[in-house]
Amino acid sequence: MYDPTVARLTYRALLGRRRALILGALPLLLIVISVLVRVLAGADDQTASDLLGGLALATMVPIIGVIAGTGAIGPEIDDGSVVYLLSKPVKRPTIIFTKLIVAIAVTMVFSALPTFIAGFILNGNGQQIAVAYTVAALVASIAYAAIFLLLGTVSRHAVVFGLVYALVWEALFGSLVAGARTLSVQQWSLAVAQKVAGGDMVTSDVGLTTATVLLAVVTVVATWYAGQKLRSLTLAGEE
Amino acid sequence: MAVEQPVATKSGDQTRIHNIGYRAYDGPRLGRSYATRSLYSQSLRGAYGLGRSVKSKVLPMLLFVVMCVPAAIMVAVAVATKASDLPVDYTRYAIVMQAVISLYVASQAPQSVSRDLRFKTVPLYFSRPIETADYVRAKFAALASALFLLTAAPLLVLYVGALLAKLDFADQTKGFAQGLVSVALLSLLFAGIGLVIASFTPRRGFGIAAVIAVLTISYGSVSTLQAIADAQSLDGEGSSGAIAWIGLFSPITLIDGVQSAFLGASSAFPGGVGPSNGEGVVYVLLTLGLIAASYGLLMRRYRKVGL
Repeated sequence: MYDPTVARLTYRALLGRRRALILGALPLLLIVISVLVRVLAGADDQTASDLLGGLALATMVPIIGVIAGTGAIGPEIDDGSVVYLLSKPVKRPTIIFTKLIVAIAVTMVFSALPTFIAGFILNGNGQQIAVAYTVAALVASIAYAAIFLLLGTVSRHAVVFGLVYALVWEALFGSLVAGARTLSVQQWSLAVAQKVAGGDMVTSDVGLTTATVLLAVVTVVATWYAGQKLRSLTLAGEE
Repeated sequence: MAVEQPVATKSGDQTRIHNIGYRAYDGPRLGRSYATRSLYSQSLRGAYGLGRSVKSKVLPMLLFVVMCVPAAIMVAVAVATKASDLPVDYTRYAIVMQAVISLYVASQAPQSVSRDLRFKTVPLYFSRPIETADYVRAKFAALASALFLLTAAPLLVLYVGALLAKLDFADQTKGFAQGLVSVALLSLLFAGIGLVIASFTPRRGFGIAAVIAVLTISYGSVSTLQAIADAQSLDGEGSSGAIAWIGLFSPITLIDGVQSAFLGASSAFPGGVGPSNGEGVVYVLLTLGLIAASYGLLMRRYRKVGL
């Protein structure tokens, strides 16, 4: 189910040349901001929770997820070089699975790790906030990578649709319509974080059971369907 | 075409050149400004998917509708309830809908320039009479106009609705004019930032992600820092001036600052305190500076391209 060559190629497509620097700029910004906040405002649990929840989990994780998830397969389909990969005797679900693993790893390294560091800078893991948000970021990384990888195989406007989901659905509708929050990766991962933190600093609108079931189902179904899409992929011309 | 090698002609009188009717073009040459205008109108149409495939019309049109529908709903409510004022200020509307505007810039700026780079059509443009400055100006103006259409249309809806609801004419006209100035600045600023980022990558997807990351992450971090500074000043420790200075670091708060200092808008900053007049001057200068800088960067970017 895992092909090292495909993994190496995907990894190089995602992080090769200057792309790692651009991807690394976001986490760096988060850490710089946390240092600033810690110096200016001192350690405060509420501030730490706001910053990690508002900036790290709500904005950074989805954007890194979009870049890594769609970037793992989108450009290849876009410029047609995926044909050379598909013509090799490698099962297409294997290709998807391998790309998913790489996308998840990249998202985790560039989002969960800085969240953890930022959490420690902000309040030294008081009330388990740093760990809770790191766990949320890890869980969200898996689901985001799977969803956006599927989008990358379905549409050539995957990045836009991914961002529409991450920014408009989760941020805008999530704050206006309560029902939209049940269908939001962010809230599912917050439910897991709530369990880890135990306190009332981290809250979610979704129950833990619902959240884990939905996370697992979405990840598995998205991966499976992406494999199916890749099996019957037709290369359309440039519009 | 060298199928028949010409045999060494001994008798010169047998060679002849056939006139097969090639004719030089002697019609009017429409020239540089015409080419620039065409590039402008094509780019502007392209920004809404006109003249492109149905699929690429969907997103810009959808975003346009999403921009206008809340304005229409507000107007309907204001007319039905006979309210004395619109629920949202003209200047505030773009700030509220910033996610939609950001998405529009992110999706259309790479569409405008990245594809030219990727399919290497830029050298073809420059084989025409247009110069670097014309190309940059046409693309910049086209995206800025497209953005202005996107942001001014809902204001127009609000204005017409307000007049239909028989709100005060002078008051509403003033607000509408202030709103137009602010969205014009916003359009220029966003178009500049979007085009600069997009012109550095031939990959559309990557350009979209980069533009949206710059716009949302800068706004996210600025508003978070402002919220913290606000909480600090409520505790009586920090000064509220910090909020205004932090606002300089993201495009949308920059516009917010300009309009709350000079265009009579109420600020969306935490605490509702916008920059003072002195700080407002810095906001205006920085906004204009950013627009000029993005124009300069684009000129530098296209000085030699694809060669």
